[in-house]
Amino acid sequence: MDKFEIANREALERLQRAEPHIVDLGIALEVIPGMERNMILHAGPPIGWEDMSGPMIGAVTGATIYEGWAGTPEEATEYIDKGNVDFDPCHHHAAVGPMAGIISPNMPVWIVEDRSSGKRSFATLNEGLGKVLRMGAFDKDVIERLHWMREVLFPVLKAGVNRYVRENGGLNLKSLISQSLHMGDELHNRNRAATSLLIRALVPSLIESSCSNDSLARVVRFMAGNDHFFLNPGMAAAKVSLDSVGYVEGSSMVTVMARNGTEFGIQVAGLEEQWFTCPAALPDVLLFPGFTREDVNRDIGDSAIMETYGVGGFAIAAAPAIVQFVGGTPQDAINYTREMYEICLGENKNFTIPSLNFRGTPTGIDLLKIIETGITPVLDTGAAHREAGKGQVGAGIVRMPSEAFVSAATAFADKYYQ
Amino acid sequence: MSLKSLLNNGPKVINIGMERFYSDLREQEVETVMVDWKPPLGGKELLGKLRKIRGDSVG
Repeated sequence: MDKFEIANREALERLQRAEPHIVDLGIALEVIPGMERNMILHAGPPIGWEDMSGPMIGAVTGATIYEGWAGTPEEATEYIDKGNVDFDPCHHHAAVGPMAGIISPNMPVWIVEDRSSGKRSFATLNEGLGKVLRMGAFDKDVIERLHWMREVLFPVLKAGVNRYVRENGGLNLKSLISQSLHMGDELHNRNRAATSLLIRALVPSLIESSCSNDSLARVVRFMAGNDHFFLNPGMAAAKVSLDSVGYVEGSSMVTVMARNGTEFGIQVAGLEEQWFTCPAALPDVLLFPGFTREDVNRDIGDSAIMETYGVGGFAIAAAPAIVQFVGGTPQDAINYTREMYEICLGENKNFTIPSLNFRGTPTGIDLLKIIETGITPVLDTGAAHREAGKGQVGAGIVRMPSEAFVSAATAFADKYYQ
Repeated sequence: MSLKSLLNNGPKVINIGMERFYSDLREQEVETVMVDWKPPLGGKELLGKLRKIRGDSVG
């Protein structure tokens, strides 16, 4: 075995050794490393205000109003134009966010800890589907919901999680993800089973720790009414597991895939934390009624961390119920998963797919195999309207563009070819 | 396959790569098998370097 095989084996081993647990909730400014009072974190590789796409602009506008820095969208634009806000990728702060991925200082976040490395990651609480901030919407209802999440959802959920953690030492996300794959989820576009298991785990602690029946009922109803409630802690689990891989000299394993609505970017274990980017894909997805292809924004979100972790589109064979929603057949789903084995370093020891005779999910994307086979990763994802304020337009399978992988492979060759 | 046989029985096609050719032939009810193949990315020089790095273990 040569040193490159050893490096990849080590990277894959570290990824699967990670033991992500929910340990707490907190306010972004107080708990996210490097978060500043005037900072907004976003999905994907670095991007400036002037290059942001519609949904990202919409979400930033909404966050600016939510923070009280502006009262109207016009005031928000003026405030940002003057340079009052610093932007940084979530990934630079051990955080991840779906779609626009916006995290502003006063947003509540999940805190997930890898019990094997001690590292932590962070993600906001999921708002639901449709007209929501992460899809670029920022109207009154969106802002009011964010305030309710801060004032009611956050304290009730934090008290429940704290009680659960005191009694159980953390909520084991790896185990929960593993079970959900056997219940029809792939953990990116379908989180129904995972959300149900999360609620089932937390409800006794929520009841025991809650001071108000009314608030508790509204919190449980909100979580139960949103099949994607698990997505954000799931993404934080994936993020902290991939962060636990860190730098591995000689490894060609992809550790980050992320999109900011303008560009797609990746990072590789053997190339430290360098971004390799290219224009993001234009999702050719199943559209909700009333929308056309011209409405679709370029691919957006940190949620590609799920595929990087070995679930999502890579595990779609486990989720026959989602394929109709994203426009396909169960056989298509099996084909996608089978194809992803060709570009991965191994099969997951913890996450298995019943319909493939409990074969482990394809895990540890290998940059070199992508170059060799010409196969790029598939994501099972949502699509946002290209105009700020409009929200989600559809969902489906999106194949990642090849240019970022070619750039990374060129850098890999420059560094390691002698 | 002789020319006569081709004309009498029609072609049997193995299509490599471009799926569009496969679906067009299928629509015309031509017996066709699709081989899902893509060329490597980034060109020969990059592929050559990566293969050497891996001791030709790639692929």
